[in-house]
Amino acid sequence: MKRRLALKQLTAVSLLAMTGWMPQVLAAEDTIKIGILHSLSGTMAISETSLKDVALMTIDEINANGGVMGKKLEAVVVDPASNWPLFAEKSRQLLSQDKVAVVFGCWTSVSRKSVLPVFKELNGLLFYPVQYEGEELEKNVFYTGAAPNQQAIPAVEYLMSEDGGGAKRFVLLGTDYVYPRTTNKILRAFLHSKGVKDSDIDEVYTPFGHSDYQTIVANIKKFATGGKTAVISTINGDSNVPFYKELGNAGLKATDVPVVAFSVGEEELRGVDTKPLVGHLAAWNYFQSVKNPVNEEFIKKWKAYAKAKNLPNSSTVVTNDPMEATYVGIHMWKQAVEQAKTTDVDKVIAAMGGQKFNAPDGYTIEMDKTNHHLHKPVYIGEIKADGQFNVVWKSKGPIRAQPWSPYIPGNESKQGL
Amino acid sequence: MKQTALTDLNLLARRPLFSGRVWTALAVAVALLALLPLLNLVFPPGHALHVSAYAVALLGKFMCYAMAALALDLVWGYAGILSLGHGLFFALGGYAHGMYLMRAIGRDGVYQSDLPDFMVFLDWKSYPWYWSFTEHFWYAMLLVVLVPGVLAFVFGYFAFRSRIKGVYFSIITQALTFAAMLLFFRNDTGFGGNNGFTDFKRILGFDITAPGTRAALYWITLAALAGALVLARLVTQSKLGRVLTAVRDAESRLRFIGYDPLGFKLFVWTLSAVLCGIAGALYVPQVGIINPSEMSTETSIEMVIWVATGGRGTLIGPIIGAGAVNGLKTWFTSVLPEYWLYALGLIFVLVTLFLPTGIVGLARRVAARFQENKA
Amino acid sequence: MHIAAIAHFLRRFLLAWLLAVPLLTAPAAAAGVDPALLAPLAGDDTDAKLQAIAALGQLPEPAAAAVLQALGNDQLYATADGRVLIGTGGARATDPVTGASVDLPAGSGTVTINNRLRRAIEAALAGSRLFSDKPDERLAAARRLQQTGDPARLPMLEKALTSEKNEAVRDALLIAQANLELKSTDPAKRRHAVELLGETRNAAFRPTLAALTQEQGGVYAEPDAGVREAAVNALKQIDRHLATIEWAGNLFYGISLGSVLLLAALGLAITFGLMGVINMAHGELLMIGAYVTYLVQTLFRAWLPGWLDWYVVAALPLAFAITALVGMALERTVIRWLYGRPLETLLATWGISLMLMQGVRTLFGAQNVEVGNPSWMSGGITVLGGLVLTYNRLVIIGFAFFVVFLVWVLLNHTRLGLFVRAITQNRRMADCVGVPTGRVDMLAFGLGSGIAGLAGVALSQLGNVGPDLGRGYIVDSFMVVVLGGVGQLAGTVIAAMGLGGVNKFLEPYAGAVMAKITILVLIVLFVQKRPQGLFAPRGRSVE
Repeated sequence: MKRRLALKQLTAVSLLAMTGWMPQVLAAEDTIKIGILHSLSGTMAISETSLKDVALMTIDEINANGGVMGKKLEAVVVDPASNWPLFAEKSRQLLSQDKVAVVFGCWTSVSRKSVLPVFKELNGLLFYPVQYEGEELEKNVFYTGAAPNQQAIPAVEYLMSEDGGGAKRFVLLGTDYVYPRTTNKILRAFLHSKGVKDSDIDEVYTPFGHSDYQTIVANIKKFATGGKTAVISTINGDSNVPFYKELGNAGLKATDVPVVAFSVGEEELRGVDTKPLVGHLAAWNYFQSVKNPVNEEFIKKWKAYAKAKNLPNSSTVVTNDPMEATYVGIHMWKQAVEQAKTTDVDKVIAAMGGQKFNAPDGYTIEMDKTNHHLHKPVYIGEIKADGQFNVVWKSKGPIRAQPWSPYIPGNESKQGL
Repeated sequence: MKQTALTDLNLLARRPLFSGRVWTALAVAVALLALLPLLNLVFPPGHALHVSAYAVALLGKFMCYAMAALALDLVWGYAGILSLGHGLFFALGGYAHGMYLMRAIGRDGVYQSDLPDFMVFLDWKSYPWYWSFTEHFWYAMLLVVLVPGVLAFVFGYFAFRSRIKGVYFSIITQALTFAAMLLFFRNDTGFGGNNGFTDFKRILGFDITAPGTRAALYWITLAALAGALVLARLVTQSKLGRVLTAVRDAESRLRFIGYDPLGFKLFVWTLSAVLCGIAGALYVPQVGIINPSEMSTETSIEMVIWVATGGRGTLIGPIIGAGAVNGLKTWFTSVLPEYWLYALGLIFVLVTLFLPTGIVGLARRVAARFQENKA
Repeated sequence: MHIAAIAHFLRRFLLAWLLAVPLLTAPAAAAGVDPALLAPLAGDDTDAKLQAIAALGQLPEPAAAAVLQALGNDQLYATADGRVLIGTGGARATDPVTGASVDLPAGSGTVTINNRLRRAIEAALAGSRLFSDKPDERLAAARRLQQTGDPARLPMLEKALTSEKNEAVRDALLIAQANLELKSTDPAKRRHAVELLGETRNAAFRPTLAALTQEQGGVYAEPDAGVREAAVNALKQIDRHLATIEWAGNLFYGISLGSVLLLAALGLAITFGLMGVINMAHGELLMIGAYVTYLVQTLFRAWLPGWLDWYVVAALPLAFAITALVGMALERTVIRWLYGRPLETLLATWGISLMLMQGVRTLFGAQNVEVGNPSWMSGGITVLGGLVLTYNRLVIIGFAFFVVFLVWVLLNHTRLGLFVRAITQNRRMADCVGVPTGRVDMLAFGLGSGIAGLAGVALSQLGNVGPDLGRGYIVDSFMVVVLGGVGQLAGTVIAAMGLGGVNKFLEPYAGAVMAKITILVLIVLFVQKRPQGLFAPRGRSVE
């Protein structure tokens, strides 16, 4: 019985030891901490790992130029492992334990929605770099990725145009979660407004990690016998590889049934043989193949960084839209801090509106004064045999975001935001 | 010869639960743990004795896991039934409570509608039938107990009646939880799909993020854990417990002696599922989100390792194991994120190879050695 | 009479010669392409480019076709001074105007095209290829022309029909002509065209035929009732054929999915049957096989680019060997100490799987790696006029059965197989009789792991190769093993094929996810009825 007692006491003490007396990382006097909240393992690691590396590269770059307000930036990297509850826990840790000034992170809308309550409760600041479905405008978040009117709508307009193939029927193929569901809702309303009937729209969803697309590709072919068809794919990163493989092997060419994807960029194409996919499309606000001096500089820096840090497959690294958005976001935050002369969250939020930055996408883009979104240009690119994109259409200039889509009923009162 | 069934035993005749010393130790532990939220509430941040809200929430979460591990130990350690799908019951309890919490958001969601946000973007106009009455707290609590319980009962009845055992049983529990996970990942199923339930605002009228609410939830969890421990001890110290041990060690022989294992196994299996469900229900408001990945096969298998690390077949072992492994996980994923999976994998291998009786078993051996040396 | 006939013949002969001479000499005279036609290709105006492409399609000169082909392959260069050159590799190019080979001047860029231009190029090339020397090219061109709705093509089709001798090409041309004749003013011609198109049972004509039966406000798109009736019949024919294609398609997809499941589960069935352990690291062995394939591909790309198409064949023995070694190491270090404790083995192997996954992540990165199909596995064969049987899946089906055959031979005609079967039936007795159980265990585990490696090679050709590859197949492998039982190989085969077939036949009705869920539930129910699976081991044992 003595053993039992000792055991119980040991338990209590060890439990205690694991709690508040956890390694408290004491902030050094002269650094500003930046939280990086991206999955480094699990299904989303494929897309998110490069964002962490770009963030670290940008922080190094800023530090080399003297830091922010004379202080060096210190990155605090955590791995929420593609696990949404862990995202919430890690964000709480970053804000309350590590006391970071800002967090750059998240990819899937699920992860963003799970950390939102934490940021609202603790008044933190999050920069979210990925294209998403809109229907959100939080005080504590700045969205450096595209809203649907900066990506999805222009892409469908292009598909319906002569140049894009004059599509009359549409297959909306997506992964089953909030981003494709909401985007497709918006697109359906948009297509209705252009006179496309419901019988000419087919909405299909597959789960995360789905890999057998035989039946779905066969159904697309069948659907296409009813008229000129285009596929709008919101399949998320991982499943795109088997989808494109099946598409290529089944002989569904881009000239017959073009597929435009919103979650496929240079990074996702690294895992695919792109020769049968030539001509299929993607819509983003940035492509590595966009030619301008700022982008060339950005690509050069990234390649050098990858080599220097010995990242896996460093010889074939690419840049993509979310990476560019991360880069822009960090720089804009730095500018806002310098303008507000403090890292206090409310003051920085106030200073962010109106920030301008000369971005690799070829324009000097601006953070909107009120709606926390960037004005972004739209590029539509066709896949080339080497995995890069050939820009076939671009918007006349940066477009202001409409986070509350006018195509969703109930948003009428929010159009001014 | 009539087979001895569950109802034939006098369940109340049992050995004493714990010795007096153990009761004291338990009380001390509970008191110390209960102190922590007080330290959080009473002392301001920056004070030497302050315990952060983060730590309180984290410990609350660990205690929910500990309770789930305890439930799993009942079936595995004492009845020899290895379930690789207990995460399902945990998640179902969580979802049941979550339905109430989603209702409680009221019109404060993103879309300011009576329906939860995910139903709005799916274009649903009203709640499906299985959401009826969930705005009542007592009904949600009833679901927390009934849903995992009934599912476990039905599944267990058919499985044990067909005498599925061992590895086969473990595999089909995996299949069950995997199928449920796929089902819940579908947005059309009406449980939030991949997003799950999140963005809770209040529980029973109290603001869910307020420190007072957090403390209350913590204490309730602590009480539930202590209660579960006592209940489990009651079961294992009773005659029922002896039969269960026989089921674990030599089921065929037990059958030949004249006992029908079905009732016993079913009872403990259902009890375990209900405890797991309650743990899940307590987990959700503290973590703030429930999502189908709680039903994944990986999560369920991790529960097993908590029990194995702590020491299966002892009731305090799983509690220690859950705390130790999760504490290690929290530490690793902040300090050495790339190495966490190596560490976890190594724990699995080392514990099964060298530490079959877990930490508790090790401690007992050390203490025994210590006693020998003293003597 | 004779003289008149001879004279008539001579006159005809001379006429043909006179007509032929310009045709024969024409190519020699105008070998190059008019630079004025090429100029718009170097510019930015899409409409001008489309016109230029159409015009180039009408020209009989092979140089014109060469320009179009180069444009389609991103090999056409526009120089800084507005000339257009065909790239021939390196810094060399051919000038389509003169036919001479020149150096590619500095400042030249490829002429970029988009899908619209690509379609125009294909249509234009089809026109010129209609008169090519090779019957295959003519057939492909005729088929391409079946898609066009442009009546301006009709005279060219008729010209081709007069000189076409090849049966298959003739038929294709007749169909193309019929498609265009739908717009003819003569109802009899239209009806004939509709009937012909219905006979083809080709779904590509469905939209045009359906349009004929449309009505709007009482007015039919097709005025003649007879033609309408023919159109309805034709649509029925096409739809019946589509249904057949769909059914055949589902059958193929089911067999293909079944073959994948079979490969993935076969190794597991062997080790489970033999030792009663479920190896949770099985998925990771699949992953290792896939990564070995990736490494072999990288090696071939670097050292043997000429043989790149055969890297898959080279990867097979390597993947087998490496995963067999890993499996045997696993058995020696971890599993044999847990002999008789299957549940602990399950946990220990799960831990190993976590470590293996993270190891691969550390070595290769968390991202997927690219494994391309070799050319003989890319594309597919079209049967029944619409169903594409992709080569990679056909090869995998064949490979799966080949592996099953090999395993059958091994189990039934070798000494090792004899020992394995003995131990599966009754371990203790086999031990008593003198079978070296320890060594057989290790070898059998190696065999099972090696098969998993082979499966990994196959899987790398179908989908993602990443650290999570194994996770996606582990539950399915379990299901096959549990369903099939461990008594016989046939159990695994039947279970795998059955699961694949049921999944694919359910999928069009219920969707991929519900089909999967239904199958899992069915398996759970089946196991209640028959816990040992389809083919249970025979013999006396209490459990």
